[in-house]
Amino acid sequence: MEIKLKLNGKAVAGSVEADTPLIDFLRQKGCYSVKCGCDTSNCGLCTVFLDDVPVLSCSVLAARADGHAVTTLEGLQEEAADFVGFIADQGADQCGFCNPGFVMNTIALLRENPDPTDDEIRAYLAGNLCRCSGYEGQLRGIRAYLDSRKGKGAQNGN
Amino acid sequence: MMTIQNYVRPQTLEQAYELLSKNRRNRAVAGMLWLRLTGGSIQTAVDLCDLGLDTMEETDDAFVIGAMTPLRKLELAPGFAAYTGGAAARALGDIVGVQFRNLATVGGSVFGRFGFSDVLTLLLALDTEVELYGAGRMPLAEFAELPQTTRDLLVRIYVKKTPGNVAYRAVRIARTDFPVLTCAASRLDGKVRLCVGARPGKAMVLDLTEAAAGGLTPDTVKSLAEEAAKQILTGSNSRGSAAYRSHLVRVLAERTLSQVGGFGNGD
Repeated sequence: MEIKLKLNGKAVAGSVEADTPLIDFLRQKGCYSVKCGCDTSNCGLCTVFLDDVPVLSCSVLAARADGHAVTTLEGLQEEAADFVGFIADQGADQCGFCNPGFVMNTIALLRENPDPTDDEIRAYLAGNLCRCSGYEGQLRGIRAYLDSRKGKGAQNGN
Repeated sequence: MMTIQNYVRPQTLEQAYELLSKNRRNRAVAGMLWLRLTGGSIQTAVDLCDLGLDTMEETDDAFVIGAMTPLRKLELAPGFAAYTGGAAARALGDIVGVQFRNLATVGGSVFGRFGFSDVLTLLLALDTEVELYGAGRMPLAEFAELPQTTRDLLVRIYVKKTPGNVAYRAVRIARTDFPVLTCAASRLDGKVRLCVGARPGKAMVLDLTEAAAGGLTPDTVKSLAEEAAKQILTGSNSRGSAAYRSHLVRVLAERTLSQVGGFGNGD
């Protein structure tokens, strides 16, 4: 079947089987930040935005995305660039495999709640699994980013 | 992974029902979770996403929840959170992750009647009815006992605003894992109920109204919890033994009933 959707702001079309998962379609379109970690709807690595809502692309049929807007990390480079340096500074990434999912879901969190507490960060990112780091590095990175943003706000008199 | 031959998005409930009735291998599609874990072959996947069932409405006497309402929307609904005194957030907040709960639907959780379902456990403790296309409304407890067929079409879930309170607790090995045991207690309009799920079977409901007729005092709650541990059937799986689950039934029943009785915080 033919589907048409908006991918990272651009109109795209493609032919998919009825049971093609969205993740496979997105990788065919060159969005390699979207990776398959678990195949069990559990790890958060394949997170994309479907109409600005974070979802697991391994668990959405590509056909469901027909007529909708899909955003991957490739389309959010500027927004991501704001805080990924803070995560790297904390050594939060070791193998880095989980990083795109973490970044996508952190963007979703900060859009929904621009000033989260540590517990709110932990709760929101609970669906993103990391086998290397124990999560504290990511938490420290996000906290450092938020603190720096507050600092800038104070400097600007906001 | 399951295979799907055709994919259709019906525009009316009637079209969806017709498609589901036409062939036993046609299946309704809602949250789509665990696509790759699920085997089998579907002739036509009937996606319910265009039927306008993803909304939740609060009326004077009920919460009317469309079957396609994502769990996350239910979790964040301020009216429902207030009515359940935070029990909804407790029941929903540890289900995998935000991305999962943005996809998983209330209808899918109810229709699936999964043993591990936090949602079913909570809703069974409330005054809940379901609406099936064509068949009308029936109490959730009745629906939960019906055998699953591919031809029923769940449209809405009604949680009546019966005055009272509810408490929810679950035990998990890890925060976002399936629960080892789920437990919800309620006292609604004088009726006292205890629901226990993830036994690992589907949630069981105990009507404790008579046993609690003298009021929910600490002593009554203790004996009700001990009795519940005897009455609730438990089994073993990789997450816990039957004996461990029965122990948890007593502990969680005591905590939730204490909270409902107004002399505990559930912890």
